[in-house]
Amino acid sequence: MLTLLIRRVVRLVVVLVGVSLVTFAILQVSGDPVALMMPEAPEADRAVLRQNMGFNDPLAVQFVRFVGNIARGDFGQSFFHRKPALPLVLERMPTTMLLTALAMGLSLGLALPVGILSAVRRNSLFDHAATFVVFLGTSMPVFWTGIMLILLFAVQLRVLPVSGWESWAALILPAFTLATFSTPLLLRIVRSSMLEVINLDYVRTARAKGVSEWFVICRHALINAALPLVTVAGLQFGLLLGGAIVTETVFAVPGLGRLVVGAIRQLDFPIVQAGVFVLALIVVLVNFAVDMLYVYLNPQIRVR
Amino acid sequence: MAIGTLAPPLGVPAGAERTTERSRTWRKFARNPAAIAGALILFMVVGAAVFAPWIAPHEPARQSLIRRFTPPVWAEAGKTAHILGTDQVGRDILSRIIHGARISLMVGIAAVAVSMTVGVTLGLLSGFLQGRVDTVIMTVVDVTLSFPPLLLALAFVAALGPSVTTIIVVLGLTGWERYTRVVRAEVLALREKDFMEAARAMGASSARMVLRHVLPNTFSSIIVMSTLQVAQAILQEAALSFLGVGTGSAYPTWGQMISLGRDFVSVAWWLPTFPGLAILLTVLAINLVGDRLRDALDPRVG
Repeated sequence: MLTLLIRRVVRLVVVLVGVSLVTFAILQVSGDPVALMMPEAPEADRAVLRQNMGFNDPLAVQFVRFVGNIARGDFGQSFFHRKPALPLVLERMPTTMLLTALAMGLSLGLALPVGILSAVRRNSLFDHAATFVVFLGTSMPVFWTGIMLILLFAVQLRVLPVSGWESWAALILPAFTLATFSTPLLLRIVRSSMLEVINLDYVRTARAKGVSEWFVICRHALINAALPLVTVAGLQFGLLLGGAIVTETVFAVPGLGRLVVGAIRQLDFPIVQAGVFVLALIVVLVNFAVDMLYVYLNPQIRVR
Repeated sequence: MAIGTLAPPLGVPAGAERTTERSRTWRKFARNPAAIAGALILFMVVGAAVFAPWIAPHEPARQSLIRRFTPPVWAEAGKTAHILGTDQVGRDILSRIIHGARISLMVGIAAVAVSMTVGVTLGLLSGFLQGRVDTVIMTVVDVTLSFPPLLLALAFVAALGPSVTTIIVVLGLTGWERYTRVVRAEVLALREKDFMEAARAMGASSARMVLRHVLPNTFSSIIVMSTLQVAQAILQEAALSFLGVGTGSAYPTWGQMISLGRDFVSVAWWLPTFPGLAILLTVLAINLVGDRLRDALDPRVG
């Protein structure tokens, strides 16, 4: 158990170094960062800055310095805001987290019952309808869904605001849009993990001993279906964050996604790097937590 | 659409009973009306992309300020010359959608070709050589999986400078890890099979074992995965265009049309609506075909 934990932590660190390397590469492939920092300065001034900021050092040296800076939370100054990048990114985090949590809540509330019923009544009309909705949902570009919802609820019916984040009413459309993106993903996992267990012997035994169907599903099937569900949900978390970025842009939600997309348009790389790193860090930590949860929930691994 | 379970390898080496296998696959596919509908839509989209200059009713870039914001033909002020209406500078929407199919399909297919080449190669290496190579490759997979794919693509396309080639390469290099995982898993499973043992006993070289015995057995999974990946790549390209780091040219793309149309949604609903429907139908068609293909190629599914 302890060796397993140590091995996982080592892997976590290795992956984080890899994540830093990719983040580091973003600025490297952009060409000359100094030209972006001081677009109007004469070449002589740029050369001085390049030397001072260490852009003339070997890449390996620059990378080690970059990792050291990240460890201290220093991603450099935003080219545009002229302020340290990380605090700017972090102050947008709560908004993005709220949006993601709302969408996740909506999705779970829909995907769990529908997915379970779909699996239990396999090949019924309900199952076919649910499957088709999953297809439709995974084929819709999330930004277009958002615009269509704006068209319907804000332009035609005039019941909800077009954009913003000031009132609770303004949260409804973005959360719902992101949920149309995440619900099909979750629904598919719920259904397939339920199907995996629902015909296993022990579930049949439970049925045979006369336990009510509802109890069989919740107590026996769902608990065991939860393992793959949690794992795959963890793996899909990155996709969900990607959806959140797009959703924020459509509805002008002042979150991390909108900040990063804006920074990308302005080629403000410190913000881009800080945003990319923070989001990847969240995904890595979520998956680490899922891994640990898996170890805890699965007795076969726990004993070993 | 499977997320975890993909088609397992056929238990026999390629060649055995191929004709019956193939006709059964086809029959299974043809029995499904959704898949047939998907194939028909796909056929039309491909046709539109290939023959765009000949079938588009207007030049996609031609502006006409008198005709701006013409609604679709069935609306009150609609004109038969512009079936789906015109945009804010009077360009014909239908023509732009037909031309946009070119970018979407080209980027989708080319990006997946890049992913497939990189992913399959690394998967074969990882599964066959195991040991240190495997550890390194799987770490790279873990790192790739840590990023929201869209965000990574956004950052790199912006840093490298937007162009069609950049988009293809970047989308290709952010979507390969799925191939690696599946191919590696199949190689590991195949290694233990009797026919592999037999080939090894007969003195087959590693390269020959990979090319002659392993690769053909992974084909069905690769085909299915690629179909579904093309759908994903089309969605990603549209999202990149929408977020403003598109192809960098004036040639119409669906994502860019939606992006421009969003600002006029309250006065001209058709601007963002129709390009979005084009994406939806194309991606849906690919997904339906891919899903049915998986069922048809997978001997386990009834």
